[in-house]
Amino acid sequence: MIDFLARVLPEAGQIINLCAALMLLLGFSMLAQRRILTLINLFLLQGIALFVSILVVAVSTKQSHLLWSAMITLALKVVALPWVLHRLIRRLSVKWDVETLLNIPTTMLVGIGLVIVAFNVATPISELSGTVLRSTIGIALACVLLSFLMMITRSKAVPQVIAFLAMENGLFFAATSATYGMPMVVELGIALDVMVGMVIFGVFFFQIRQQFDSLDIRQMEKAREE
Amino acid sequence: MSILDAILTIVLPGWLLIGIVGLAFPFRSRLIYGVLFPLGALLGAVLALCALSGIVAAPQTRVLALGLPDLPFHLRLDALSSFFLFLLGAASTGISIYAGGYFRRGKGAIPGLLCLLYHIFLASMVCVMLTDDGYAFMIAWETMALSSFFLVTSDHRIPEIRRAGFLYLLVAHIGAVGILLSFGLMAGNAGDYTFDAMRRFPETGIWPTLAFLLALFGFGAKAGILPLHVWLPEAHPAAPSPVSAMMSGVMLKTAIYGLLRVGFDLLHAKYWWWGLLLLVLGFASAIFGVIFSAVQTDMKRLLAYSSIENIGIIVIGIGLALVFKAFSLPLFAALALTAALYHCLNHAYFKSLLFLCTGTVLHATGERNLGKLGGLIHSMPRVAWLALVGALAAAGLPPLNGFVSEWLMLQGFLFTSGLPQGYLHMLLPVAAAAFTLVTALSGFAMVKFFGIVFLGQPREENLLHAHDAGRHEFFGLVWFGVGCVLLGVFPNLVVALIDPVTRLLLDNGLRDVVTENPWWLLAPISRDRASYSAAIFFVSLALFVPLVFWVVRRFFHGNLDVYGNVKRVPAWDCGFPLQTSRMQDTAEGFSQPIRRVFASFLQHTRHHPSAFDSKPVYRSGVEDPFWNWLYAPTARLVEYGTRVVAFLQHGRIAIYLLYGFITLLILLVMTNG
Repeated sequence: MIDFLARVLPEAGQIINLCAALMLLLGFSMLAQRRILTLINLFLLQGIALFVSILVVAVSTKQSHLLWSAMITLALKVVALPWVLHRLIRRLSVKWDVETLLNIPTTMLVGIGLVIVAFNVATPISELSGTVLRSTIGIALACVLLSFLMMITRSKAVPQVIAFLAMENGLFFAATSATYGMPMVVELGIALDVMVGMVIFGVFFFQIRQQFDSLDIRQMEKAREE
Repeated sequence: MSILDAILTIVLPGWLLIGIVGLAFPFRSRLIYGVLFPLGALLGAVLALCALSGIVAAPQTRVLALGLPDLPFHLRLDALSSFFLFLLGAASTGISIYAGGYFRRGKGAIPGLLCLLYHIFLASMVCVMLTDDGYAFMIAWETMALSSFFLVTSDHRIPEIRRAGFLYLLVAHIGAVGILLSFGLMAGNAGDYTFDAMRRFPETGIWPTLAFLLALFGFGAKAGILPLHVWLPEAHPAAPSPVSAMMSGVMLKTAIYGLLRVGFDLLHAKYWWWGLLLLVLGFASAIFGVIFSAVQTDMKRLLAYSSIENIGIIVIGIGLALVFKAFSLPLFAALALTAALYHCLNHAYFKSLLFLCTGTVLHATGERNLGKLGGLIHSMPRVAWLALVGALAAAGLPPLNGFVSEWLMLQGFLFTSGLPQGYLHMLLPVAAAAFTLVTALSGFAMVKFFGIVFLGQPREENLLHAHDAGRHEFFGLVWFGVGCVLLGVFPNLVVALIDPVTRLLLDNGLRDVVTENPWWLLAPISRDRASYSAAIFFVSLALFVPLVFWVVRRFFHGNLDVYGNVKRVPAWDCGFPLQTSRMQDTAEGFSQPIRRVFASFLQHTRHHPSAFDSKPVYRSGVEDPFWNWLYAPTARLVEYGTRVVAFLQHGRIAIYLLYGFITLLILLVMTNG
């Protein structure tokens, strides 16, 4: 099957670059998005982009373990997690707009700065790396940093979790582009971590809403020790 | 079956099994105290026998595939570990039997838990002495610290005991960090965490010194060397008496074991100032401990400070051995080390005996305060006589065991005039004078301990009905009492027993010199120089004391009493028509001269009643100056430091995330540049 796909996909490098660009674009749009429902859909799209890029790498370099990674990505990032998140927001009924701690345009500007930093930082790494994807390391790093920024600027708990998951997407992408992915054991471990994290967050959401009648994490400041 | 296998298959699993059975039937106190503790004592005796044959046997090693994958436990039984295992086995036999009787009368802790913790404590100490790599050592060491912490706080409902336990745990952990760093240093250099690899540590440069100092800090915290001694006088009174005995008699020696293992076995550097440092610390501990023990009014605190003193004496011996070793005088080094090891054994015996005696007194009277005891020799004669043996041994009087080791130590000091280093050969003989001061003062403290508790008149009503020790308790006391006498009367045997240990550590021993003489004559270096014949001393004492007793009874008492009966009059009557127990010397009064002489060392607080008080109260207490000099400033510094750092704590998740983000960015940029 791999051989067949390899013939079908002559322009693997182009497709990967396209996916990388899409991921970055999706990262920015998540940073700018206020509606939680759209946020989840964007996260789903990012998962698809990630899946496609890993699949293409797997096919073009004939690495079978990357195929497994791609399948895990598909199952987790595209199917399971968005479904869980959809269910969660329906049960918590928090589909409406969320306010950010920092206004959106400023966040975007900071994001652009981060992308510049990420590209600069990634240059020496991509020179060392010998993979097809080495030009995309900068983009992967930028995705990580953008998601981190999103985590900081959101005040509600659900967007923060989505940002956390998106950061994991970026990490996965960075690992694939720098070294054709981490060892299988590590990837499985990370996948499991994400699942467990999701479950904990789910429980945690209900707990904080019960406690504070809100999912606003600013409420948590009251809980600190004086 | 080799000796190491015997210990690994019989003693360790046996103790663990006893603990688990105890936990399975937590409230069956008859089973636990009547069967399990004596069984544990039996295993202790087995361990002592195994270790005794292990001292002369060749080193044995094992690798156990326990712990983490690819990180097995290495075990090794050599002369040094065998010697300390013998100490542990011998002491635990007596203490376990005693504990079976003691805990039965106690209340508070759950018997099954006590049984489990006590036997885990024993097993972990065996492991500490058997391990041959840094990783297994730390696990055993921490298990020992934790199990003893829970034993100390077995009456955790009392706030002071919780406080004492916390202090103990804190010092134990700070010390463990020192040991861990020391091992880390040695393992990092060797690339392997086994002691075998650490033995190849370089002999020169700053690294061996750093490793030694860290180990000294760590083991010093456990041993109670100044200034890390503060937990001792708090933890010992808080713990149940058998636990105090076990901690003071045996657990402190594990620290000495560790110090010897690192200082002599793992590190081979020869710096004479290491020895000097140990001498200074040892003398500071010994003098401090003995002065404070002389002015205490709580009998267990008195013994705890006396433990500091004895650990000081042992450390002095080790320091002296290091000095001699550095100047390549192996025979004298062996003499000093023999004295130190001998004192370890002696201290285990007499201090356990004394702590167990205080336990019986505590159960019989409910009092630890010396000011409320007195005259107990009438109601508890058996305990009193055994306590006398312990007190005499602790005071270092012949023919008991304490004398021999202190005499050997003094012999060691007398050879320091031959040292090629100018200051040392002038200063160390002077230090010998300080050493005799310590022994004399410890005699004073022991006179106070025995005299105030057992002699005179009872200071309280209820003391008249105090009951004597039970069967189990009595057996435990006799075990140690007989041990004190035997260790004192047959010093040549003990010195010959220690010989393989000094041969392992210093390539030299005293057995050849000692066995030239008949068994009753101990002459460590040569017979012309100094000799001591304990057996003759003992026999003549055993002959003359009854003789004098008989003569006095026959001629003195006989003349006074017309009926030929012994006439009993109140003690210390002095011919006053009216006398009460309040008129006899108190614990404070007895030690008042010491308090005056050493006033500058002590922080003495006193509260005098005024003439108008309706309920006059006189209070007098001695505080440990190290609290104000060292510990309070350190605590304030830590508090200030945390306050400075606390401004980072806003309680806002976004800010916390920002810290991580900024750190990440800085790291990324740094690796880029």
